[in-house]
Amino acid sequence: MFDEKLLKNEERAIFSLRSLYRSYGYLPFKMSKFEEYELYVRNKDFLVSDRIITFNDTNGKLMALKPDVTLSIIKNGIDLPGVKQKVCYNENVYRVSDGTHRYKEIMQTGLECIGDIDLYDVFETISLSAQSLEMISESFVLEISHLGVLSGVLEDVGGDESFQNEVVRYIAKKNAHDLRALCKREGMNEEDGEKLESLIGIYGRRGDVLEKLDRICGPSSREAFNELVQLSEMLDGQPFGDRVVFDFSVVNDMRYYNGIVFKGFLDGVCEGVLSGGRYDNLMRRIGRTSGAVGFAIYLDLLEQLESARQEYDVEVLLLYGDHTDKKQLANTVRRYADAGKTVSAQRGVPPGLRFKELVKMEGWDDPC
Amino acid sequence: MLNIALPKGRLGEKVYAMFERAGYDCPAIRENNRKLIFENPEKQVRYFWVKPSDVAIYVQRGCADIGVAGKDILLEYEPDVYELLDLGVGKCRMAVAAPVGFYDSGEKTLRVATKFTSITSAYYARVGRDIDIIKLNGSIELAPILGLSDVIVDIVETGTTLKENNLEVIEEILPISARLIANKAGYKFKGEEIENIAMNMKEQIERNDQNL
Repeated sequence: MFDEKLLKNEERAIFSLRSLYRSYGYLPFKMSKFEEYELYVRNKDFLVSDRIITFNDTNGKLMALKPDVTLSIIKNGIDLPGVKQKVCYNENVYRVSDGTHRYKEIMQTGLECIGDIDLYDVFETISLSAQSLEMISESFVLEISHLGVLSGVLEDVGGDESFQNEVVRYIAKKNAHDLRALCKREGMNEEDGEKLESLIGIYGRRGDVLEKLDRICGPSSREAFNELVQLSEMLDGQPFGDRVVFDFSVVNDMRYYNGIVFKGFLDGVCEGVLSGGRYDNLMRRIGRTSGAVGFAIYLDLLEQLESARQEYDVEVLLLYGDHTDKKQLANTVRRYADAGKTVSAQRGVPPGLRFKELVKMEGWDDPC
Repeated sequence: MLNIALPKGRLGEKVYAMFERAGYDCPAIRENNRKLIFENPEKQVRYFWVKPSDVAIYVQRGCADIGVAGKDILLEYEPDVYELLDLGVGKCRMAVAAPVGFYDSGEKTLRVATKFTSITSAYYARVGRDIDIIKLNGSIELAPILGLSDVIVDIVETGTTLKENNLEVIEEILPISARLIANKAGYKFKGEEIENIAMNMKEQIERNDQNL
């Protein structure tokens, strides 16, 4: 029994999201705060930042404070046909903050579906992403992209790896002017250049995007296109369907991710709060043969959401002194608390404390 | 309300005129005073003047939905923002300059003074030259004159300052111009309005190009 008003946005989200994930059969996954450093060295590029807090364990082994959750979850497991592991978590990770360049503890919640996964699992993950965002704020957008579309179109137009990397960078920035200049510099024919540029311009309502995308996708990206069509049909009947859009500027690292990737935004938070996608390539890199899809929500960012501002620190400031009857004091404090009021018993008025009501007990002497 | 961060100075005034022509006028901004924030509730727009190098920070952090920043700043600090349009104004170039007659024999580590350390390291890594970067915050031209560095990497507009200090451009790194940038999250919720502005500005640029 507690007053929900006292919860911060991120605390409220932890409770409601955990209950949502459990209702879809995702089991809680509890992991250690530490991992062997080697796990991260091998998959350095997968991490948001390669700066990791390390220390030597008592046996001399180099350990790290977890900068990431996914690697810890997928490093063990059995790959069998028809078998899937569905887990959810709520963990702290340790990363360098962009602003201060110092280490920061970040609360992260999310889920992973690992094993013999199919399009339904991708849909379920996206559906749970949208429902998660909706639980936090009604004003949200979930953007979906398919790396298969991007890699297929890139394959069709050709060019070396550095050219393709630069194209992907420009698409992620919605930077059509520099992309155009790059294609011109590389001597690309106009039609292929326009095809790449159109990946920046096509975004928004799923139906409209698919109509335009159909004209761009060649044989290399057809399979990915068909997957998007099926996914869109599944999303059509959902209550949050209109807030799930397509946008190909969502680009995750193709060395780890493949297929559908997505990013979630909340009105009032300056960057994406949810990030996820299918990462079969990462599974291969760590020696697993099955697939995986999942997402993480960065709860620290929810601090930016407007929450009802408390006008007072406490409702009742109760002043007592040496001559106050302590039993009477205890009863009075209890009476206020039982009546649902916040109360602080003090000998004097603490500097800066905001209170609604000042109550002086018998026996209180003004120290001033 | 659409929040727009403008770079203080001549460039900011030029791009404000473009926003004005796009239908987002805010007459108060033309008043000669020291205010930093200007609002037109009727047009649902709020402008604020910030230091040019800070525009990208305001946009990335979501205080501004859109803003105008130089390509030099975007390359140097790589803010996580959308780069929607090359505005074709504030044109200049990032270049390597050295005292007139300077010859780089390649025998020694090249000492480079600059404000733009990331752009400089990326450029010299690309050409495979070993360098020592000396980070300065202003009056970069002074460095080779006093022997603090061999060359400088800086923005060159007309080249007059270089000339007056007996320096010359020896290599061009990249052209620079002002870009319309947008906060990624803001774009999701105010996308239509932002795209309308970008589209209108694009038409203005095309009309200007045709008139030249």
